[in-house]
Amino acid sequence: MSERPINLTIAALGGQGGGVLADWLIEIAEAEDYLVQSTSVPGVAQRTGATIYYLEFFPRAAALRAGREPVMALMPVAGDVDCVLASELAEAGRAIQRGLVTPNRTTLIASSHRAYTIGEKSAMGQGAVDTEQLTELIRSRAKRLVLFDMEETAERNQSVISSVLLGALCGSGVLPFRRQTFEEAIKTSGIAVKANLAAFEDARQRSQRGDSGFTGKAAPKLSAEVPIHARTKALQPLLDRVRRLPAAAQPVVLEGVRRVIDYQDPAYAKLFLERVESIAALENRVPDSGSNALIEATARSLALWMTFEDTIRVADLKTRASRFVRVREEIRADPGQLFGITEFMKPRVEEIAGTLPAGLGSWLLDSPRLCGWLGRFTGGRQIRTGTIIGFLMLHALGGCKRWRRATLRFREENARIEAWLGRIVDLAEQHYSLAVELARAQRLVKGYGETHERGWRNFQSIVGQLDLLATRSDGAVWLSRLHEAALADEEGRALQRELGLLHGVT
Amino acid sequence: MAERSFAKEVESLRLGEGEEFHGEGILAVTKALLQSGVAYVGGYQGAPISHLMDVLADAEGILNELGVHFESSASEATAAAMLSASINYPLRGAVTWKSTVGTNVASDALANLASSGVKGGALIILGEDYGEGASIMQERTHAFAMKSQMWLLDPRPHLPTIVRAVEQAFELSEASNTPVMLMLRIRACHVYGHFKTRDNRRPSFSAADALAAPARDYSRIILPPSTYAQEREKIEIRLPAAQRFVAERGLNEIIDAEAGDIGIVMQGGLFNNTLRALELLDCADTFGTSRVPLYLLNVTYPLVPEEWVRFCSGKRAVLIVEEGQPEFIEQSANQILRQNDVGACIVGKAVLPMFGEYSVDALRLGVGRFIEQWAPQLRAGNAPARAAVSAVSAAKLAALVPPRPSGLCTGCPERPFFAAMKILQKEVGALHISADIGCHSFATLPPFNMGNSIMGYGLGAAGASAFGTDGGKRAVSIMGDGGFWHNGLTSGIGNAVFNKHDDLTVIIDNGYSAATGGQDIPSSRAPDPHRQGNNTIIDAVKGVGVKWVRRTHTYDMRGTLKLLREALKTPVRGPKVIVADGECQLNRQRRERPLMRKAIAGGERVVRERFGVDPDTCTGDHSCIRLSGCPSLTVKDNPDPLRSDPVVHVDNSCVGCGVCGEVADAAVLCPSFYRAELVYNPSAWDRLMARIRAAVIGTLQRRSERNRLRYAL
Repeated sequence: MSERPINLTIAALGGQGGGVLADWLIEIAEAEDYLVQSTSVPGVAQRTGATIYYLEFFPRAAALRAGREPVMALMPVAGDVDCVLASELAEAGRAIQRGLVTPNRTTLIASSHRAYTIGEKSAMGQGAVDTEQLTELIRSRAKRLVLFDMEETAERNQSVISSVLLGALCGSGVLPFRRQTFEEAIKTSGIAVKANLAAFEDARQRSQRGDSGFTGKAAPKLSAEVPIHARTKALQPLLDRVRRLPAAAQPVVLEGVRRVIDYQDPAYAKLFLERVESIAALENRVPDSGSNALIEATARSLALWMTFEDTIRVADLKTRASRFVRVREEIRADPGQLFGITEFMKPRVEEIAGTLPAGLGSWLLDSPRLCGWLGRFTGGRQIRTGTIIGFLMLHALGGCKRWRRATLRFREENARIEAWLGRIVDLAEQHYSLAVELARAQRLVKGYGETHERGWRNFQSIVGQLDLLATRSDGAVWLSRLHEAALADEEGRALQRELGLLHGVT
Repeated sequence: MAERSFAKEVESLRLGEGEEFHGEGILAVTKALLQSGVAYVGGYQGAPISHLMDVLADAEGILNELGVHFESSASEATAAAMLSASINYPLRGAVTWKSTVGTNVASDALANLASSGVKGGALIILGEDYGEGASIMQERTHAFAMKSQMWLLDPRPHLPTIVRAVEQAFELSEASNTPVMLMLRIRACHVYGHFKTRDNRRPSFSAADALAAPARDYSRIILPPSTYAQEREKIEIRLPAAQRFVAERGLNEIIDAEAGDIGIVMQGGLFNNTLRALELLDCADTFGTSRVPLYLLNVTYPLVPEEWVRFCSGKRAVLIVEEGQPEFIEQSANQILRQNDVGACIVGKAVLPMFGEYSVDALRLGVGRFIEQWAPQLRAGNAPARAAVSAVSAAKLAALVPPRPSGLCTGCPERPFFAAMKILQKEVGALHISADIGCHSFATLPPFNMGNSIMGYGLGAAGASAFGTDGGKRAVSIMGDGGFWHNGLTSGIGNAVFNKHDDLTVIIDNGYSAATGGQDIPSSRAPDPHRQGNNTIIDAVKGVGVKWVRRTHTYDMRGTLKLLREALKTPVRGPKVIVADGECQLNRQRRERPLMRKAIAGGERVVRERFGVDPDTCTGDHSCIRLSGCPSLTVKDNPDPLRSDPVVHVDNSCVGCGVCGEVADAAVLCPSFYRAELVYNPSAWDRLMARIRAAVIGTLQRRSERNRLRYAL
């Protein structure tokens, strides 16, 4: 059989520089006296879609020996690709989906970072594909795998992912070309040469070190360690109470206590603990529980609900020193560089009333004329937190937390929390798994303004099914289905459909 | 100015005799035009031939030297009509566009051109937008060639062959007095390769020569009785002349081989992929030596019956590799062979897909079936075909590999408009939206999901005509500035005025033909010595009689929303037009980024804005993403140990367009967004204020921090 070309595919996202990479490879190949053909189908995919470049390399010497030039294909063929460069993890998956990565042949050089697709990003909750499974698949399909976070490598070197891919390709040794030739291509392009060379070299060394062992598994967010001594002595009794709870539940309860103190004060944390302890006592009485699912789910949801995001909380978080540090990092300000921060606040009459003392707040909301009048002043407010006046406004609002317990919003939320806890307690002995699902359903109540209202509506309509669900052995499964359906679309179509099914089946 | 600069490529247009050109297929075509002594070039941009237009637009100097007239035509119809210069004069002309959409637009002029016949070579270069990466409905250009009797070249995707095809096309056109189409598939347009160049040629006859001595020949005018004579001429004179030229000059290639009793006929453009399929079936080598005889149609219309008879005689079966539908070549082949009493069995779509791109995978399967059936000995005794790929379960892959549709770019000015439309529909209910071609077509995709139909470039308003009169809710049409100048001004706006439509058309004015690569159009604002820009859409709309015209800046979402509400409610009858203004962010960044970098480097005080999201106040509902869909607006793991839903995150590609703030405000979203204003080269005042602020704010923050530490657990 005659000598065959080396076939290489670049799977990239529109705008990621796949074209630049292909151009570099052409230059390198020609400098190394190879014949090269490159094609692409950018088209509309140039605008952020998935796009593919395909190159074939053939030694000019072999063509001269044969007296003819090889005929090169214009697209990659399943099972006939030597190397796939994927600029993102799901694109590596897509190359596998197209059959381009085969265990007997293909070296896969991929970045382990994710650029989420619009479908994944716009989910109302968790919409991303399972990275762990995706990584497992990728690892199982390639003959050889070079996998590391190339976005991070690019950013560390203030470069772009195409330089990193080029470096990784060079380091992998798939192409019989010299390192100097690769570097020369970057140099002749004349753009950001120093940074690109640094990223190239970083990636080259990295790819020679082999598999980074990336698994896609998320690190646990809650530390399993529960300290024995509180950092503040006065809080030791609270910590002791946490430590008397079942061990499995302690980390989440501890996190809850911290959160509630941060939100309000130690007294509020005591209330939190009392509520958790009542659930713990209940769980002990349920013979078939066998786990601490209820106390864990309730503690998690309760901590979130008790720290609902009112205007006071938002103002408090926005004015913290730690936030200023985080913003500085996020916007990549140079050390010492000045920057301002502008907030986009749009409190509606409801939020204003919610922050007022309960009596005054409800009186305001009961008066359509007053609401209408006030509504005229509620347009968008831009607050410059970095200025003294802007900061003082938010700081003062954040300081209102000492009066929070008297606000209308607090009264409302507290009543809702108690009603919800009441239902959990009622259900726990009769239908334990349903109670656990009810505890989890708090996840629906989140966000601000209309989002919060929508979540609350959905939550209520699910709670409205509890009597029916309690009579069914598969009640918990149903509640979980309704929970997911409520997060399927904003208009509530999926939830309506599921509710219809629930009632149709009964 | 176009998205890509071709300053470097323009230089390769100057290469002379015996030098080597390296570059993209479509640029090789451009060079071939100059080598052919073309006198005038026109066309309309669109993938995959945009680069031909872009490189010529950048090549003003060299075109002037050669005396070549180039223009960006207003539409494909304009470009096709331009070819009329070749009817009466020995002028070589070439035009280009995306097919079949552009050919549809051009076909009135093309049909007349084909009927009149040409004296000078008339070449139409078509980017056949078919298969993977195509952005249009899937059809074949072949039908146009047949209906109008124009010739269609489909050369091998190999630069020397493509270049030769361009040169031969002019000769063919002149030898048969017929316009010639040369089609290149998407990948062929973008294929990188090389060829030996020849000197450019000045056209031997110029437009000035023609104007100095106008020629007129009534037999070339498309009115009866000439039209009847022209039809006869097409069949009796031009077709045989073309077939003779193709045969004598050997435009098609017949390659004999060992398995002489079967054969494969293919469109030239499919040669490389078919050869690769044969190689993978062990029926060819890397250099294109096939064990099966091949007949390559670099000219797919007209066919040359004698060649078919010669190739097929003595063969038991012949496979026709013909992409797309209907299978015109296969039908003709059957007819030719029956009429000439050649018994070979014609196999085509029986083993190959009836529709869709002929990928190497599809070809390997189809050609494999053909060989299995007709020449199994070619496979027996040889190494088995390379093992098929073991497949991962499709369902598993589908769950792990999310679709990645195209979308509006980071900072796109059209985003806030469609976000406003989304909010509007929450208020007034769903609207009938007649969409159009352009970047705004992406609004039909997630997260906007709006638009009920797309009828063609510039036809958004025309597409809503049936809903133009009385009815409850008003229909809304979308049109881009590109489509507006292409034909929308008359087909949509003028029509709506004349027929008293009571609807709303929104013209998205981003300043360029942005989707095709940011080319200038009549309303583009940057000064260009070769063109007159700055012709405003508002003036044009008023000029055709629209009374209710408003302008809004898309980034002002509240203003846009107010106007949209008004347009739907106003008692004013007649068409309402809103011009939604916002410069294409790609073009804008390309212009402004270097300026900003320079200013910063030069020590000027510069403020750069970008957006961010506070992860501790974001609750992971992602309403903002559903309203905006900006690529820089993404998600990341929730840092909160108690929460699982990912939080929104603005990545470093944010250009600070301001939409996030507008969306948060207009949609009453959440307070998590912030805008950061980074100051470069701060003034003394900046530094003083920063010191004072840091002192006051720092003191208060430290006090709060102490309070929190009192309760550390």
